[in-house]
Amino acid sequence: MRGNETLLDFRTSKFVLRISRDSYQLLKRHLQERQNNQIWNIIQEHLYIDIFDGMPRSKSQIDSMSGSLAGEAKREANKAKVFYGLLKEPEIEVPLDDEDEEAENEEGKPKKKKPKKDSMGSKSKKQDPNAPQQNRIPLPELKDSDKLDKIMYMKEATKRIRLGPDNLPSICFYTFLNAYQGLTAVDITDDSSLIAGGFADSTVRVWSVTPRKLRAVKSATDLSLIDKESEDVLERIMDEKTASESKILYGHNGPVYGISFSPDRNYLLSCSEDGTVRLWSLQTFTCLVCYKGHNYPVWDVQFSPHGYYFTSGGHDRVARLWATDHYQPLRMFAGHLADITCTRFHPNSNYLATGSADRTVRLWDILNGNCNRIFTGHKGPIHSLAFSPNGKFLASGATDGRVLLWDIGRGLMIEELNGHTDTIYALKFSRDGEILASGSMDNTVRLWDAVKAFDDIETDDFTAATGHVHLSENSLELQLGTYTSKSTPVIHLHFTRRNLLLAAGGCYSPF
Amino acid sequence: MADREERRFAEVSRESVRLMAESAGVELTDEVAALLAEDVCYRLREATQSSSQFMRHAKRRKLTVEDFNRALRWSNVEVVCGYGAQDVLPFRPIKEGELFFVEDRDVNLVELALATNIPKGCAETMVRVQVSYLDGKGNLEPQGTVPTAVQSLSDDLYKYYQQITRSILGEDPHLMKVALLDLQSNSKIAALLPYFVYVISGVKSVSHDLEQLNRLLHMVKSLVQNPYLYLGSYVRSLVSSVMYCILEPLAASINPLNDHWTLRDYAALLLSHIFWTHGDLVSGLYHQILLSLQKVLSDPVRPLCSHYGAVVGLHALGWKAVERVLYPHLPAYWANLQAVLDDYSVSNAQVKADGHKVYGAILVAVERLLKMKALSLSGSTEVRVDGMSGAGGTIGGRESSPGLSPPPEPQSEPGLGIASHLQAGGAGLPWEEWTPVPLPAMYCELYSFFGDSLAVRFSAGPSVGGSPPVASLQPPGPRKDTPGSGSAGSGGTASLDTTRKMPQLTASLSISPRQDGSPNGEPAPPSLPAPGRSLPRSSSCSSSVQRSRSSSARPGQRPLGPSRDVFPKARFAPLLTRPPAFSFLIGGRQMGRRCQARRFQTSFTPSAALSALPPRGYAHKLPVIGRVSKPLRRWACSHYSLHLPL
Repeated sequence: MRGNETLLDFRTSKFVLRISRDSYQLLKRHLQERQNNQIWNIIQEHLYIDIFDGMPRSKSQIDSMSGSLAGEAKREANKAKVFYGLLKEPEIEVPLDDEDEEAENEEGKPKKKKPKKDSMGSKSKKQDPNAPQQNRIPLPELKDSDKLDKIMYMKEATKRIRLGPDNLPSICFYTFLNAYQGLTAVDITDDSSLIAGGFADSTVRVWSVTPRKLRAVKSATDLSLIDKESEDVLERIMDEKTASESKILYGHNGPVYGISFSPDRNYLLSCSEDGTVRLWSLQTFTCLVCYKGHNYPVWDVQFSPHGYYFTSGGHDRVARLWATDHYQPLRMFAGHLADITCTRFHPNSNYLATGSADRTVRLWDILNGNCNRIFTGHKGPIHSLAFSPNGKFLASGATDGRVLLWDIGRGLMIEELNGHTDTIYALKFSRDGEILASGSMDNTVRLWDAVKAFDDIETDDFTAATGHVHLSENSLELQLGTYTSKSTPVIHLHFTRRNLLLAAGGCYSPF
Repeated sequence: MADREERRFAEVSRESVRLMAESAGVELTDEVAALLAEDVCYRLREATQSSSQFMRHAKRRKLTVEDFNRALRWSNVEVVCGYGAQDVLPFRPIKEGELFFVEDRDVNLVELALATNIPKGCAETMVRVQVSYLDGKGNLEPQGTVPTAVQSLSDDLYKYYQQITRSILGEDPHLMKVALLDLQSNSKIAALLPYFVYVISGVKSVSHDLEQLNRLLHMVKSLVQNPYLYLGSYVRSLVSSVMYCILEPLAASINPLNDHWTLRDYAALLLSHIFWTHGDLVSGLYHQILLSLQKVLSDPVRPLCSHYGAVVGLHALGWKAVERVLYPHLPAYWANLQAVLDDYSVSNAQVKADGHKVYGAILVAVERLLKMKALSLSGSTEVRVDGMSGAGGTIGGRESSPGLSPPPEPQSEPGLGIASHLQAGGAGLPWEEWTPVPLPAMYCELYSFFGDSLAVRFSAGPSVGGSPPVASLQPPGPRKDTPGSGSAGSGGTASLDTTRKMPQLTASLSISPRQDGSPNGEPAPPSLPAPGRSLPRSSSCSSSVQRSRSSSARPGQRPLGPSRDVFPKARFAPLLTRPPAFSFLIGGRQMGRRCQARRFQTSFTPSAALSALPPRGYAHKLPVIGRVSKPLRRWACSHYSLHLPL
């Protein structure tokens, strides 16, 4: 048994218990009266008793927080300040209007979009008090193409449907047919133009969802023949002959467990059982970098919302932060007691959330590598995480079929959403954060009223003051709808920029 | 946590550990065993735990052997090999004692390696999108193959539908039987008829799976037989499904090992059955069927198995259909068939075997045509009687061997009575400009094709008046053969056996090696089955006759060897001067139901040219039907047998 990490963890670390001062006094007195020294020794040796002042908690409150491998989080663990606010959007100037008008003229129905756009598109100019400093984490500068994309994004945003309990999103289901080799991961680009699947046969396949076929850049010899002075040189470098609806990326040596598109759609990351993370170019459809660092299967990988950075987490219980141009990790986040099953970036790219098989969610500060939040309460390995678009809240889903909502700023559990009967593999907030969609192995997509759930916590002073959860009696009230697929587990969810919900899963014999 | 289900753990007991240690030759004390047991338990649980990680990340519900092996590999433990197969491993208990084991079947590598059905790669992985819920409300389109209306049925009916389709298409043969029986007799399923018809129309999508096709055909049969169902215009759909099975070059036909012939026969029988019982529901159905059969038959591009289907289809529809369609086409078709049969190249072997099937089928069809035509001349009432007696004989023959063949089902016995039905049913149909060929002329023409293969004989060809040929039709009567044929057969009694359920064609070529050496070697007459009496209607087939005999003589031996001993040569002595004869017998179950044995014989008239040929030459000229199980040149008492469903 020597060298077994799990046992080592149990030996060296203490199980955390939170007890009110009154309860602790009672326990102490009871044990002293009975002269039960042995139990007292065990308590001293293996338990860390975190005493708080105030009312003892009710059983349901205790239950809702328990479940983690190492007991509850210590109080001070969640005290650090988290800058959960969003970064200021970079200002994009003049070309915006031109572009907009051009597009409208193309569409042939010019409308007055400008005032609308101002109200929707541009965020408040002053700095959010909760946001980190703009340059707290150095972020890549926007390229012209990124700016164009931002403009596209804003234009789309003007056409966005406002969702709510009375206005539910339409759901499109992307079914992977003939995926006998086993579909293990799916990702969709932010603009919903590409969809990629990772498979158990070590391949990654990329499909174009739009009629535009996937084109690779021509080979070097062909490129040398191109007239570089011509105006359409960017078109000419693309190889039309090999254009196809889908491309297959070969390179991994084991099932691909996670994939992630870069925000600019030029790269794709994939991680695999073989312990590597690979960066693929979507221009040439070849592997650019193979990041080695995890010596064990890598379960999840994700690009930062601003690109350049990405994180990975795996069987070795360490989450790593990488930059695409460094072959070694920039940060390593150690602390989880079991496999890290999923990782997500905070929308402001300053924080990183990891879900683990030790049934805790941790929030890490990228700047200094500290663990700023530990959320306990799940009763099974956590398989999905989602930040709300405003960065204030976090949702996590686990194998027990529960979705838990967390307030990042205060470090509290807000709500427990019961309904799913199997592992939740996908969580996604709608673009404006009104609705939370969860997709599960039980072949259903469920929609939850996020606004209502978050409103409760704003008004609930008791919870805010004591740090005790106050769960509503019936979380089904928050459930807005259940939508079943025929027999396809939902393993990815995505809201398009106009708030159409895309779900994806593989249709094959029920394994 | 109260609502969480109680967790259970498997434990490896101390005793087990000690047993395992003993089997490895180590004695353990109690303490060590206990410690080891605990350790083993922990490690097993840990491995299971981490293997379940692999399962979850692969987004599966089922833990596979591979998952477990991955977990072992990553914890530096040797993987467990040999359990990676996709199929489930049956876990069986032994009745005596509480012992469980995993069944481990032998895999015949030779069979696997030489299998002709090379699996194709599975279809390309692709992504398809559909709008499942618009504005969060309702499905726009029905998904899957189940017609949506099924869901609007009452719960009970829907359940019934599901149960029935599941059990018919499922694995359990017993369940299937029950389901079929119920389908055949249930009086309350009229509302489900469209859905069953829809399911049956799925034949087109399972043409690679004979088993499924068979099941669907059985379903058709049950529906047709259900007296409470009014099929109405669904007959057309059913007929088209059945016709598909008869005529289409099914995907399953690609593999010669697949017995798609039987399927075609069964479908043909079913077709005639549907037609005779429900043909009046759709006007012009008979004509349409005939037309489509004719079209297939006259299309030389179609594979032989399609032609075969057309022939058996016509045959099943009655002799009039044969007379109308097959007979006029025969001259044209014969040339094609002959070309196939005369091609001895190796590459042609498979096609040739198919050609023989067609040949046999045509032979049977025209034979009956001749018989029935002759009979019809003598009066239709006799036909009926004769048909009934024939059927009766069949049943009698079968009853002598209970349990070997399925009990006769009354409805599936259109038998020879078809002819009379045909007269009744066909009367209303427009018979276009078609003049019946007189029997003698027909016989002459057919004889020119088949020669002595024709089992029906007319003593005086042209002078067939009213009654003479009937002799060959009387079941118990001795076979009317040409004098040259070596039917000196020790009477193979019909009731002796029926060990073979499959319709069987047996050709026995008897050319003894000894005579082979002699210069003027007249090959021996058929030594073996040559059953003279009562075989035409008996349920036996010669090979089984022989086999059962030989087994009675020397159990456990192959039929060839002993049969020579059983029939002493002396018996054939008088026949030695006869020309080589080739006799074969088509017998056994016809279309799974009928038991009719037919014997075809060729005899070679001792013409100078023929006798000058070495016996080997004969052999090649022989219209050998079926697959040759022994190479001809062995000159042994070769035995050609094949499942030839007719």
